[in-house]
Amino acid sequence: MLSALRNRRVRGWIIQAAVLGIVVGLTASFILTARHNLTAQGISTGFGFLERTTGWPINFSLIEADDRSTYARMLLAGLLNTLLVGVIGLAGASLIGMTVGLARISTNAVLNMIGTVYVEIFRNVPLILQGFFWYALLTHLPSPRQAIPLGGFGFLSNRGLMLPAFDMGWLDLGLLVIGVMAAVFGATRLQRAALINPRWVWPGALAGLFVLFLVLLFTGHQPGDPLVTYPELKGLRFVGGFVIKPEFSALVIAISVFGGAYIGEIVRGGFLAVERGRIEAGLALGLSGFQVNWLVRIPLAIRAMLPALANQYVWLMKATTIGIAIGFPDYFMVVSTSINQSGQTIELLALLMGGFLIINYSIGWVMNVLNRRLAIKGRETET
Amino acid sequence: MTATAMPPPVLERGALRWVRRRLFSNWFDGAITILFGAATLWVASMALDWALLDTVWNVPDGSGCREAEGACWAVIRARGRLILFGLYPYEEHWRSTLACLAIVVTTVLSCVPRFWGMKRLPLLWLVGFGTFMALMFGGFLGMPLVTTEKWGGLSLTVFLFAAVVVSGMPLAVALALARRSKLPVVRGVAGAVIDVTRSLPLLTILFTAAVVAPFALPGWAQGDKLVRVTLAFALFFAAYQAEIIRAGLQAIPEGQDEAAAALGLRYWTRVSRILLPQAFQNSLPATINQVVITFKETSIVTIIGFFEIMASGNAAIGRGDWSGQYVEVYVFVGLIYFVFVFGLSRYGAYLERRARRMDR
Repeated sequence: MLSALRNRRVRGWIIQAAVLGIVVGLTASFILTARHNLTAQGISTGFGFLERTTGWPINFSLIEADDRSTYARMLLAGLLNTLLVGVIGLAGASLIGMTVGLARISTNAVLNMIGTVYVEIFRNVPLILQGFFWYALLTHLPSPRQAIPLGGFGFLSNRGLMLPAFDMGWLDLGLLVIGVMAAVFGATRLQRAALINPRWVWPGALAGLFVLFLVLLFTGHQPGDPLVTYPELKGLRFVGGFVIKPEFSALVIAISVFGGAYIGEIVRGGFLAVERGRIEAGLALGLSGFQVNWLVRIPLAIRAMLPALANQYVWLMKATTIGIAIGFPDYFMVVSTSINQSGQTIELLALLMGGFLIINYSIGWVMNVLNRRLAIKGRETET
Repeated sequence: MTATAMPPPVLERGALRWVRRRLFSNWFDGAITILFGAATLWVASMALDWALLDTVWNVPDGSGCREAEGACWAVIRARGRLILFGLYPYEEHWRSTLACLAIVVTTVLSCVPRFWGMKRLPLLWLVGFGTFMALMFGGFLGMPLVTTEKWGGLSLTVFLFAAVVVSGMPLAVALALARRSKLPVVRGVAGAVIDVTRSLPLLTILFTAAVVAPFALPGWAQGDKLVRVTLAFALFFAAYQAEIIRAGLQAIPEGQDEAAAALGLRYWTRVSRILLPQAFQNSLPATINQVVITFKETSIVTIIGFFEIMASGNAAIGRGDWSGQYVEVYVFVGLIYFVFVFGLSRYGAYLERRARRMDR
């Protein structure tokens, strides 16, 4: 027996069996205990609760969701909110990051300093503190009665940013988004196929989109309603128009500003990774400074950035969960409220984790595709 | 084409050369310098006025702040102790201060190369963390016992940070070694734990530990909510740190381990004497980065109901009289985070530069 323990292979099998046993045992005991506790509270397991109505509202949603909606619909609304904040926040962070990164690699000392100060301030303070700060700032704006007018068509108050709105439903907006994607896809294909003069491809796509917009605007609206509604002060609050709630704005600003500092560093690193010799080679070939930047430096820098950028995007997407601290109903907030209200702990937890796994893997997949598309061609064909 | 010889470059030295190259290399550069320079000076002077010159230090409550042009630092005078100490008993605040200092000293000491060792560094942290816990809990030498429900403010933030790093680091080493194990089951389990943990937001993991775990754990294993959350946080830290250590391990040439094995050294001797010291050295900058991120992310526990410095800052402006002074309070709390995080990350950058110099 003892000599068998000395045998490396036997020992390996014993260790593996023990690890497997512990993992299976722990998981089984978690599930059994949870089952037992839940049945003791009279909660039945399974996903049947998704059809029940919630009985509580959320304060921000892209699709119609109120206290009479089902759990399934409410969870979908939360997931869409997370995606919306994520997409807008990531776009804002990328924009700020690009600017800051370029400022940090510029030869101008003043721009350098501004970029450095920005990065050091916003990277070194927790995201949640920044979220609280922007939220406090936005909710301490004047009340609707003293709202700050913005050039005659919008207002800024502690209830949010009021903007004029086109009379369009979410269905129309969805069609518009699909139209934009189709236009971009079609335009790139057409440009490559060179069936028509490539100079007319993009203006043509834009004109097509505008026509689609007008068609949707006129067909989608009830006869007699105005095409555009403007926010108007009626009593203590604004009526009409389109409101961007402070919870949403604060979260988007926080993600953009905080993420911008990190992405700025990634952009800087990407540009620093471009070998000096390649730029010099471009100059030696007689390219102008602009051409060297556009044809050599930026493409190489973007390739160097992509892996780090993918990680950062996933990380920022996960960070949107702090929205719950300032009352933005993202996926996590909807799930945790559902757990409180319905008690379907295990099922909701599985949905929560599943949702984030799907979001993160989709980002990873998109970035991988991008990475492969942009990878310098030639090496693979040789091998 | 006639070739014209360019005049030799004028050699300029010192400040003038710097100004010409970095501020006024051409007219566009000069315009940017002047425009952004002026804007920066303007913002800086505004910030200076607000933070230091037009300030109010001495009013009894928030209503006295209305006339203030700049910051009303009186809120820090009035609520500073709440922000820093939370609900910790007033007479015992010195203990909370000393406990935080113990961790600060430990952190600073672990930046000194003399303490870098597989035995010294863990020992240093155990002593530092032990001092912290002894001071915070009390219950001996005439210091009254203070239970964790009363902990709050900066000391709770520091506790979370220290506890997560102290308990997460060994777990990270274990996970990293398990993921490189030759046994497929061990490798698979470690990989699954690491990957799943890394793909979930920290908040969901902490929420599970705080709110959901009581359902799934038998009564005897539940423990304190603070302990559960700290352990869950440590798992999250370990999942990220394990990948950092694994990268450090992979950078070591295979031959070293094989040579040690050929000399007859056992697995644990090889790991603790040959592999881990080098792995930590290789991954030092990334490790410091992870530690810094962990310090910042302790602020997330405010969402699941802990009274650390972010939550106590919110409490300071939450009730009535100081609610208008949110900027001052957030700046104060932000500065505390900033000092720690900025200091550590500068140190990390210094180490990275030093390592690059030594490589050359």
